Amino acid sequence: MNSSVITFPGSNCDRDMDVALKKFGFKNKMVWHDDVELPKSDLVVLPGGFSYGDYLRCGSMASKSKIMKSVLNFAQGGGKVMGICNGFQILVESGLLPGVLLRNKYLQFICKNVFVKVNNKDNSYFKDEKKEIYEFHIAHNEGNYFCSNDQIKEINDNNQIALFYSDESGNVNEDCNPNGSLQNIAGVFNKQKNIIGMMPHPERMIDSALSGEDGSIFFENLINNLR
Amino acid sequence: MKVSVVITLKKDVLDPQGKVIHQTLHGMGFENINEVRQGKYFEIDTKESDQKKAEKNVEDMCKKLLANLVIEDYKIIGSQ
Repeated sequence: MNSSVITFPGSNCDRDMDVALKKFGFKNKMVWHDDVELPKSDLVVLPGGFSYGDYLRCGSMASKSKIMKSVLNFAQGGGKVMGICNGFQILVESGLLPGVLLRNKYLQFICKNVFVKVNNKDNSYFKDEKKEIYEFHIAHNEGNYFCSNDQIKEINDNNQIALFYSDESGNVNEDCNPNGSLQNIAGVFNKQKNIIGMMPHPERMIDSALSGEDGSIFFENLINNLR
Repeated sequence: MKVSVVITLKKDVLDPQGKVIHQTLHGMGFENINEVRQGKYFEIDTKESDQKKAEKNVEDMCKKLLANLVIEDYKIIGSQ
């Protein structure tokens, strides 16, 4: 399985993602934002970070960079694209995913572990996943998911919510919503479910000595589903 | 020609920064405020000398990059 991680100026989780993908069997290539062509890939990852210093709006500049034309073509042809944190912000700014990520409700940068509940397993990212609830790490200032009334209706009608912020037992309520996200949304798909964006960082949960193993479970399942 | 444009959050979008500014102003003694909404202001100096064309061009920039129309509105407030 070949994967590509795009590095934008200001990306800072690109190498973590590289380590995670390689650990679970991907042949990963790092791709510079100014490149025009994507290497042959089964998965393209837009990593976390602060591309272009979050100028204008998070992800807005990166969504217009050269490589994004190829990413758009790849995604629109059914290719698997995963955006984590800033990558999620880039995907919404590029129009590949619906909605937008606003400043956190209480104006604080949030850096902590949270629980997220998988909402839809009928896709390459969570198919056959034994776990329903993951413990992942979040670290963001703009993770407050928002969209229009029409969009949220469409998202629910098409079962496009990927992950909810939940508690350890999987209850989804305002108490476990860290940033004010609409309906506790932590991640969404496009209609076809080949593109996913999520605020939590699975790549930070791949080592039991350092953090936890829930990311390992996610990546192992992902590569098996893509094979 | 310089075109000025203001970008604001749509009415139904929560503006936590505006809220905090409101509270702070209130705490400073400015008590007669209904609401504060924060926005962005751009001044774009274009090579175009025809006002209509320049504004049209800036409108295009707003739609494609400067504003995110899911949450923001733009308004060209002047050209000179």
